[in-house]
Amino acid sequence: MAIGDKKATRESYGMALAELGEKYDIVVMDADLSKSTKTDTFKKKFPERFINTGIAEGNMLSTAAGLATTGKIVFASSFAMFAAGRAFEQIRNSIGYPHLNVKIGATHAGISVGEDGATHQCLEDMGIMRTIPGMVIINPADHVEAMAAVEAAVKYEGPVYLRFGRLPVPQIYDENTYKFEIGKGVQLAEGTDATIIATCLMVPYALEARELLKADGINAAVVNIHTIKPIDREIIKKAAQTTGAIVTAEEHNVNCGLGSAVAEVLCEECPVPMLRVGTQDVFGKSGKPYELLKEYGLSAENIAENVKKAISLKK
Amino acid sequence: MKNSTKLHAYKARKHAITGIYNAASGHPGGSLSIADILSVLYFEKMNIDPQNPKMADRDRFVLSKGHCAPILYGTLAERGFFPTELCTTFRQADSILQGHPDMKGVPGVDMSTGSLGQGISAANGMALSAKLDNKDYKVYAILGDGEIEEGQVWEAAMFAAHYKLDNLVAFLDFNGLQIDGDIREVMNSTPIDKKFEAFNWNVITIDGHDYDQIRNAIDEAHKVEGKPTMIIAKCVKGKGVSFMENQAGWHGAAPNKEQFEQAISELDAAIAEIEAE
Repeated sequence: MAIGDKKATRESYGMALAELGEKYDIVVMDADLSKSTKTDTFKKKFPERFINTGIAEGNMLSTAAGLATTGKIVFASSFAMFAAGRAFEQIRNSIGYPHLNVKIGATHAGISVGEDGATHQCLEDMGIMRTIPGMVIINPADHVEAMAAVEAAVKYEGPVYLRFGRLPVPQIYDENTYKFEIGKGVQLAEGTDATIIATCLMVPYALEARELLKADGINAAVVNIHTIKPIDREIIKKAAQTTGAIVTAEEHNVNCGLGSAVAEVLCEECPVPMLRVGTQDVFGKSGKPYELLKEYGLSAENIAENVKKAISLKK
Repeated sequence: MKNSTKLHAYKARKHAITGIYNAASGHPGGSLSIADILSVLYFEKMNIDPQNPKMADRDRFVLSKGHCAPILYGTLAERGFFPTELCTTFRQADSILQGHPDMKGVPGVDMSTGSLGQGISAANGMALSAKLDNKDYKVYAILGDGEIEEGQVWEAAMFAAHYKLDNLVAFLDFNGLQIDGDIREVMNSTPIDKKFEAFNWNVITIDGHDYDQIRNAIDEAHKVEGKPTMIIAKCVKGKGVSFMENQAGWHGAAPNKEQFEQAISELDAAIAEIEAE
């Protein structure tokens, strides 16, 4: 893999588990989706530490909690819709409340799931997970970040929600130099006129938008927020202070995900004009991933448009 | 041995009722129902150390019907995990004794429960962990008969049998009553024994207040290989306090002063009788 090469972060998840299984006593669970979540990569290597619960996500998450009470590091995997959505209450009460060491590997997040349509396109999981005290939420942008995030989750003591995608996404980081730290945003480009704060597959679009804006004489900074919770307040505050306008970009409902989290920080720390790119409180639908991303405004062009609007709102 | 276990059960009942009375809330009916089972587990069967509640490879207990926390606290206090006086602080804002069991705060509580149907899954996870590591500790759980209306219980039932968790012994508090009334009228889950048998469990039916039957059932369960055991314990909701017995209304209600005093005098009489045996 080189910069620009594409790989889905769910693939990275499976690869990371298989690698980390060598070093750590991790148990991986799945609810009959191991071929899709890519936990089958781990299963092939460590069949004795792979537990299939069948199609029973609530039971999987509570069982994971029980395993964790005995000292196991447990990864429980399903589609974001059925992990965060269906099993919310199990995560909240059996994992979050006792702060157990369970990692939720949620794949197929977002509208880029494509053809399966609205029932499988989870656009609210980050919002749901944000409501649980002590839950760490990581939404990696590429293969390098996803691999690093899984290892960071293993080393972190407590519940972590890891959000992965189905669609292959371009590698943006150099794996030899990239340092991942939970809760620390990454300044990808400096700028003076506005800051685009992006997460997951919107990060490369944010970098593309920066290039588009240059043609209009606009110098936009780009920040990648991979950890939605705890969010990096300092980098957001600094972005507001130095550029005076913010546009967030996420493959998620703007009403409860990154956009909301950034808005909360801005309102409390340094209010500046802000606009949110993401799905606008609507359900998805069937279609080809790239067609859907474009139709729902998840594009470099739409980010650039919003940056111009945000700048025009400055006093 | 026999008498002391029963004595602890009745003292635990007193702690439970006292805590509920002080809090003016809580769940007496189901607490009194399972006091005898808990006492056999904690005083005779479980490998635990009150001085070292997190001891590695200890036996585990999960109160899947978490609302019956008062009797779990009463039993743990009797067993020496914390002072019995603490039971009087149940549900108070400055107490560690939450309305439902909190494993982070209470010595001896192995799993936080309260949301029905989840505890049995967690117990499965503990039992599975022992299997993965070739450890021989046992995992015990108690479910309510109303609780098994939760679909997750049956997901867990499938799981325990599929993974051959013969180190798991679950009890069903079959007292026949849930909040809204008789379980057969609210949502008929009978025949319960045949359901668990169909889910490939070893099923034993006992009188949940007969100490020898409780002991023997646990011993029998441990002899079974390759299957989890469900001990269906026919219990009397409110057992030990005459006016609470078999009354659905005492599921989640606290006694007033007069009722409290009567309950305590009945339990004291039972304790005196056991001591005289």
